[in-house]
Amino acid sequence: MLDVSARALWRIGCSSFNMFFLSSLKIAFRAIRVHRMRSALTMLGIIIGVGTVIIIINAGSGAKSQIAKQIAGIGSNLLMVFPGSTSSGGVRMGAGTKPTLTISDAEAMKEACPSVKFVAPTWGGNAHLVFGNENWSTVVTGTIPDMFQIRNWPLAFGSLFNQRDINTAAKVCILGQTVVENLFGDIDPIGQVIRINKIPFTIIGVLDKKGSSPRGRDQDDRIYVPFSTAQKRLFSTHIPGLVRTIMVQAKSLELMFEAEKEINALLMQRHHIQSGQEKDFTVRNLTEIMNIAQKTANIMSVLLLTIAMISLVVGGIGIMNIMLVSVTERTREIGIRMAVGGRSKDILMQFLIEAIILSLFGGLLGMVLGITACKVIAAVIKWPIPISWEALLLAFVFTGAIGVFFGFYPANKASKLNPIDALRYE
Amino acid sequence: MADLIETRNLVKVYNSGDVKVVALDEISLTIDAGGLVAVMGPSGSGKSTFMNILGCLDKPTTGKYFLEGIDMGNLDRDQLAHIRNRKIGFVFQTFNLLARTSALENVELPLIYSGVPAGKRREMAMDALHSVGLSGREDHYPNQLSGGEQQRVAIARALVNSSAIILADEPTGNLDSKSSHEIISIFQRLNIEKGITVIIVTHEPDVAAFTRRNIIFRDGKVAEDKIAQKNTSA
Ligand SMILES: Nc1ncnc2c1ncn2[C@@H]1O[C@H](COP(=O)(O)OP(=O)(O)O)[C@@H](O)[C@H]1O
Ligand SMILES: [Mg+2]
Repeated sequence: MLDVSARALWRIGCSSFNMFFLSSLKIAFRAIRVHRMRSALTMLGIIIGVGTVIIIINAGSGAKSQIAKQIAGIGSNLLMVFPGSTSSGGVRMGAGTKPTLTISDAEAMKEACPSVKFVAPTWGGNAHLVFGNENWSTVVTGTIPDMFQIRNWPLAFGSLFNQRDINTAAKVCILGQTVVENLFGDIDPIGQVIRINKIPFTIIGVLDKKGSSPRGRDQDDRIYVPFSTAQKRLFSTHIPGLVRTIMVQAKSLELMFEAEKEINALLMQRHHIQSGQEKDFTVRNLTEIMNIAQKTANIMSVLLLTIAMISLVVGGIGIMNIMLVSVTERTREIGIRMAVGGRSKDILMQFLIEAIILSLFGGLLGMVLGITACKVIAAVIKWPIPISWEALLLAFVFTGAIGVFFGFYPANKASKLNPIDALRYE
Repeated sequence: MADLIETRNLVKVYNSGDVKVVALDEISLTIDAGGLVAVMGPSGSGKSTFMNILGCLDKPTTGKYFLEGIDMGNLDRDQLAHIRNRKIGFVFQTFNLLARTSALENVELPLIYSGVPAGKRREMAMDALHSVGLSGREDHYPNQLSGGEQQRVAIARALVNSSAIILADEPTGNLDSKSSHEIISIFQRLNIEKGITVIIVTHEPDVAAFTRRNIIFRDGKVAEDKIAQKNTSA
């Protein structure tokens, strides 16, 4: 008797699956090898799509963490007040050009604005430094210790200025790391005396390394002196108490706009400016600017990801197209396989596996491309771009899914062929 | 015991456009297990159509086909695939080997679908190739083999799974007379030594002379069904 019960078929199906899978793999690789050029072109869409996804996810998260680091670096909840107006358009003098802000404005802010936590005025300029035989030119900024709170910038060694240093315009300074590297090398700078524009200063502290600013300036190439010292000894002013900028930290992120309003109101009152009149100062919300930069980066990566997804879908359609061609070309082969006992699901599996391999192979090449591109980009822009394994896994699973999704229709078509029609196909 | 093959009022009608072609017209016959049968008749008389139905590659329009007493009309696609895999070996005029696939892999093909492990598969395929006189040619591709050799690979593929029946539709149609002779003697040997039921479609009277039974088709009907008294050896 023939044993064709469902049970027997099921048993045969299970036991043959593994072997069948292996031979399907073999057939698929052979088919891809025979049509090398065609397969490569078919995979191109997937390669580009996956490559782009890898670049965007990795470079995007690299950029985001870089921006986040810079936001933390400039200090949180930060407002900056400049003299001069930028509120009106046209050919006007830019911010910081009119000497209108003074130290008393800064002191008033600290007292009268409830949303403000720290206020630090700055005054400074370029100066020439000498230590022993070493020379260096850099920016010298006069400020008060609150500055380092605002900038979230701790000392590496030594101490900050104290009230007495400020009161007496003491000749003490705090160095950034770049200055230390260029003037001191291995020597411990604390307690040493350097000449700033020929005036001897004692080094009392060294700041932590900060890295480059969002605009790419080296923030460690800098010296801080007490505000009063900068005004009286280094860069004297015709108006006493003039400041270049006032750095302000709001009490919290939520209070930033409140603080901005309070500062505006206070300074307008102090400078006798009516509402509607042009202001002689500018308040800039740095945190907001950085947040906008972050949002822009996010929007860009969503946009690029969408394009990459479209490329992946187009790649999938390419695979579907080539698989349909392949099914048509190999109709007789399908007929032969059916004639010797290939079941529908065997044929289906064979073509599905072929589509999945095409897709996964394209995906792997895309990953190689993406990772290489990330390394190149990282080397060029000098940002670290860590490769996320989750992104790679995601891309792999996704390309596999594309293979299944777009391979199913052609494979199903092949599996539904009538054996005799397939055999007779010319 | 039932006959190996039994057809009852087998009808196959092709509708190509407006024209209706009756390829098989009420074919009712039985074939015993162990038979060696030649199917003859002019071109277009329905021989291939008949063979394809016997091979479960095609279905009749009406009528019934019983294989070992089971009505093939009641089986689904997968069950028919299983029958083709286990019970029937088909040999075609055009060989129908897979291109760019070695002789050995071609012969292994039915075993892949019946789930035979790779080692065993190879062994069985080598045996089958040996029994058709192709030992040492297992790594050759079809385009490196002569027509006669290709047909022998196809025969090895048909018998590798110990099929009870070999159906050969004009197996020597594309071969010279020497190769034809070899192929026919292989069929004859398989029939005698292994007891495989062999049904061969042929135009050549001398091939028909080897067989014990000649069924002659004409216009989709069985015109003659001769059972030879004596068996001429090849
Ligand atoms: N797929 C088909 N579509 C339409 N007509 C067909 C088809 N196959 C066979 N026929 C017709 O059926 C008849 C029998 O064909 P066939 O069985 O191939 O004959 P034979 O093998 O004896 O030469 C012929 O008239 C042929 O034209
Ligand atoms: Mg024919």
